[in-house]
Amino acid sequence: MDFATALQILDSTVRLATPLLLACLAGLFSERAGIFDIGLEGKMLASAFFSAAVAAVTGSVWLGLGAGIAASLVMAAIHGAASISFRGNQLISGVAINFLAAGLTVVIAQTWFSQGGRTPSLIGAARFEPITLPLAETLHPVPILGPIYHELISGHTLPVYLAFALVPLSWWVLNRTRFGLRLRAVGENPEALDTAGVSVAATRYAAVAICGVLCGIAGAYLATALQAGFVKDMTAGRGFIALAALIFAKWRPWQAMGATLLFGFLQAIALRYQNIDLGGVVLPVQVMDALPYVLTVVILAGFVGRAIPPRAGGAPYMKER
Amino acid sequence: MRDAMPKWADLVLIPLVSLVLAFALSALVILAIGEDPVAAVRMMVSGALGSTYAWGYTLYYATNFIFTGLAVAVAFQARLFNIGGEGQAMLGGLGVALICLSLPWPHWALALPAAALGAALFGAAWAAIPAWLQATRGSHVVITTIMFNFIAAAVLNYLLVNVMRPIGAMDPATAKFPPGTHLPSLHDLLAPFGIAFSRAAPANITFLIAIAACVLVWLVLWRTRLGYEIRAYGHSEPAAIYAGIRPVRIVMAAMLISGALAGLMAVNNVMGEAERLVLNAVEGAGFIGIAVALMGRSHPFGVFLAALLFGFLYQGGAELALWTDIPREMIVVIQALVILFTGALDNMVRMPLERLFLALRRGRA
Repeated sequence: MDFATALQILDSTVRLATPLLLACLAGLFSERAGIFDIGLEGKMLASAFFSAAVAAVTGSVWLGLGAGIAASLVMAAIHGAASISFRGNQLISGVAINFLAAGLTVVIAQTWFSQGGRTPSLIGAARFEPITLPLAETLHPVPILGPIYHELISGHTLPVYLAFALVPLSWWVLNRTRFGLRLRAVGENPEALDTAGVSVAATRYAAVAICGVLCGIAGAYLATALQAGFVKDMTAGRGFIALAALIFAKWRPWQAMGATLLFGFLQAIALRYQNIDLGGVVLPVQVMDALPYVLTVVILAGFVGRAIPPRAGGAPYMKER
Repeated sequence: MRDAMPKWADLVLIPLVSLVLAFALSALVILAIGEDPVAAVRMMVSGALGSTYAWGYTLYYATNFIFTGLAVAVAFQARLFNIGGEGQAMLGGLGVALICLSLPWPHWALALPAAALGAALFGAAWAAIPAWLQATRGSHVVITTIMFNFIAAAVLNYLLVNVMRPIGAMDPATAKFPPGTHLPSLHDLLAPFGIAFSRAAPANITFLIAIAACVLVWLVLWRTRLGYEIRAYGHSEPAAIYAGIRPVRIVMAAMLISGALAGLMAVNNVMGEAERLVLNAVEGAGFIGIAVALMGRSHPFGVFLAALLFGFLYQGGAELALWTDIPREMIVVIQALVILFTGALDNMVRMPLERLFLALRRGRA
């Protein structure tokens, strides 16, 4: 494999890791606050459709992004109401949200656009355009570093840079702010927070809302930057890969970036090569498809470093009377 | 608070109210996309129940959902959430295909028990690793079964594309099963009794096996020691442990039974209908099992009724997609709303009803 091919694969890795990273950080905020979320997939899908639909109609990717975030927030609100106010089963609620999004997006897409459950293709200002970073062209001739800067670091769309900027920001919010401390406390020991006079429900709703916004950006990125428009089931399991990455990262932001880049890399390889010849042993493409899930099960099993979820995760909080 | 309501209200009224809410919202969605919900229901009834052909499809789908619904229900009884029915049913299909293609079966009556055993074994095997990890390592069974669904899809994709596809064939599927494995359809079964049933519909003898499975699951859960232990463990883990029930044994047993039931679905769709193993043969039935188990309150009889309802919705929804502008995905919306209201928002329905019953009782006293 030559240098140019390697760069192309890494470039593709960054693009494919971005939605995973956004969804993974979304899940991180929710699960650190004690709300399990297997509905990341559904929220991304709802956002992907509404962002593409609004961008297609108005021609503005920004209005599309807003609509996507709004749709994802509605889904997050349902999940919040079910898991926080009505103390329902968070896993079942997540399953319901995934199906709700899978069904509604196609039903509405068919009604609005009559194109077999897709939106029209997005062109021009209805998509996020690649951003050329300063000096990218000037530095291109510099050996090694020039192409790396030009191909790998420059030339991505805005949500890509946003996603990677969110990694240190999430770390800072979670570990260095009062809100972050409360958010982590509500996921580990909600009684303590309640005793301190902080509302458990409000903190959890805030976390679920952040999760909604981030999933919204992830979905909008899929439909308006990575691809040009919405197609049925376009998230294709990315919400679950993000969930796997979250466990892989043991619910920490920097590690989440590492895990999503790894899983993005696997996707990039699978996209480029059908079968990989490792000196006689041929790895079929399906191995790449299954690897994120297998790795997650191995991590979950605790054979390679144990993944321990937030202690109060999944349990509704009932105030003592 | 547990006794705020009579038992019938808990078992019948709450699911009914949840169902009405889910259907009302679905009707609103149909209205919103500019279609007539009343006409839609009429078309669904005639399309799913109006002829023996329609019944044949409704019962065929219901058979799938009975198996996957029972699978989720058995795990629920031990307070385990098995989302892996989809993957377990895929592997069940693999078991059926291997058995049907391995021997020149002389008659379906010999092939059926063997194939059912294969389906159950493969399904249970696919549930075994998540079960074992949950029981001994504490890895959350929900996450591991989700992961195993994706791994199953990759495994089947590989096997069908690279290994089991007949030489020269284009589509990723196994060869046709030999005639000795073709199961009798309801048409064949009812003909000796003089009942004319559609020849084209896919409902087959597996429907009777599904009913037997309901009875068997009921017997195991409510009439055996193992069933008692599963239910006790589901009610209270500490109490069960105190009573000498071993959690590892219960988690393994409940998940293996659950996986076997999900795998058995393959007898219906792979052996009974397609008569070969195709890619994505399960078509989401594993997930519909979740809605069915929630609606059926994890009781075999409830699962049976809920599976019939979903069979009706599935076939009716297909008819709608054929004759109106309501897409097939409308059924996914209805399924989501049923899961939401009967599962996650259970308390939203329960709390006002409990208050109502308490007020009524106080009024009487």
